[in-house]
Amino acid sequence: MSVVALKTPPAEQAKPSAKVMTMPSAPKPRLAVGRILSETAAKVLPPLVVVMLLLAVWQVAFSGEGSGLPTPATVWAESADLILDPFYVYGTQDIGLGWRVLTSLERVAYGFGLAAVVGVLVGAVLGQSALMMRGFDPIFQVLRTVPPLAWLPISLAAFMDSRPSAIFVIFITAIWPIIINTAAGVRAIPQDYRNVAAVLRLNQMEFFWNIMVPAAAPYIFSGLRIGVGLSWLAIVAAEMLTGGVGIGFFIWDAWNSSRLTDIIVALVYIGLTGFVLDRLVGWIGRVVSRGTAE
Amino acid sequence: MDQSYLKIDRVFKSFSKGAKTTEVLADIRLTIDKGEFVSIIGHSGCGKSTLLNLIAGLTGVTTGAIKLEGREVNAPGPDRAVVFQNHSLLPWLSVYDNVKLAVTKVFGATKTKAERHDWIMQNLDLVQMTHAADKRPGEISGGMRQRVGIARALAMEPKILLLDEPFGALDALTRAHLQDAVMDIHARLKNTMIMITHDVDEAVLLADRIVMMTNGPAASIGEVLPVAIPRPRDRIALASQPDYVRAREAVLRFLYERHRFVEAAE
Repeated sequence: MSVVALKTPPAEQAKPSAKVMTMPSAPKPRLAVGRILSETAAKVLPPLVVVMLLLAVWQVAFSGEGSGLPTPATVWAESADLILDPFYVYGTQDIGLGWRVLTSLERVAYGFGLAAVVGVLVGAVLGQSALMMRGFDPIFQVLRTVPPLAWLPISLAAFMDSRPSAIFVIFITAIWPIIINTAAGVRAIPQDYRNVAAVLRLNQMEFFWNIMVPAAAPYIFSGLRIGVGLSWLAIVAAEMLTGGVGIGFFIWDAWNSSRLTDIIVALVYIGLTGFVLDRLVGWIGRVVSRGTAE
Repeated sequence: MDQSYLKIDRVFKSFSKGAKTTEVLADIRLTIDKGEFVSIIGHSGCGKSTLLNLIAGLTGVTTGAIKLEGREVNAPGPDRAVVFQNHSLLPWLSVYDNVKLAVTKVFGATKTKAERHDWIMQNLDLVQMTHAADKRPGEISGGMRQRVGIARALAMEPKILLLDEPFGALDALTRAHLQDAVMDIHARLKNTMIMITHDVDEAVLLADRIVMMTNGPAASIGEVLPVAIPRPRDRIALASQPDYVRAREAVLRFLYERHRFVEAAE
């Protein structure tokens, strides 16, 4: 076995013209504008075509007399203002869906932010102690299966106000996967890193920031990603019951005044927002944990 | 005798798993002088890494004592820096930041920021790694990673540098380069080094004394061989030198005639 053989990954030896001693991190070839365009098209076109097809099927299926649900054309005819201008304000209760989504997101930000901080800290403590883990894990496993709305009456009773209750429901829904994943990540920290920390005599805080968070980041962020998804599920449901100006209440309100087309538009908003939230947390995770997977 | 730099005094070590207790090390006695380079050699599973962990303080002794400059060792610390077998660099930090973590911790209170920067670069220079200061461990070769591991350990300015089979995972050529680097550092800094190895040539080439361990369980020191070859040592010239050949033969005889490795020794 030679040095050359070790340093050069076999995949890079495929081209005979390549220099034998190149390091794995070869400079990336420049992308031509045309290639970027065609790659984007390859990604965007298929889902676009599928959406068109689904809309067409929907249109045909519900066009008949006496159909219970509106067709895409009806949705456009009756709720185009909601689609075209998400940020209009006509009155305190008559505002664009963008504003409503933002109101809901604000609640999610409080609840999920709190869940993230508390969840990571609790998970870190549990991951460090096998005894604590044995004690708490069964309880968490039971509590995490409780549906978000089941917490609402209790939290309404405790806070006696709808706003903190909604935030609490998000918190209690999102925290379990964060705790469980963080604890798993902390337990998976290699002994080598712990030895390094021991030789350097890192204290608890230094160990937390320098070793634990970066080493467990992939686990922590997969927990956060599940958590943010659950938060978004919970807030829409909680708002339907607690009222206010959120997107969840909008749906309930629209149902009570028989505006089915508005509900359909709101569903699309909710779906897209949830998608963006998921991708956002995933992206932050990739940035934060860059290099950890090596 | 109490003036010895490092004194390992009647150390026993056993691990308990449930009701089962395995004795790993039995009655280890060894004194090491300041500036000495000691190699510990033995078959795999003989407890040599355990012995190093005891000196590092990563595990505690069952009975007996390890004293460094008369003070008992019972916890890990930067005065006994370890170069780990698999480099143990933190993959999310650059080469520079890996060394910086150690330097900030050890010299955060005593050196200014500029002094610390110079000290980091000086140690990276010692292992010829300044060119890769901004690279991450994943972007450099195994030999380079081990060099950085050595730089990080040296940067703690340890009283004893502990090397746990540091070159075990490297190919022969890279290993030779790093052995030369370690010899060069030892000659320049005159620091005390203990190196675990299972490579006879490496042990003879680098060490002032070779500590040979018997097979486990309950391994102990079988023999200590002084290597009286003058420094600087040159691997090519040594190959035919009688002292070197004799020392090499003595170690081989110990390992393969008197304490032949038995696979099912558990």
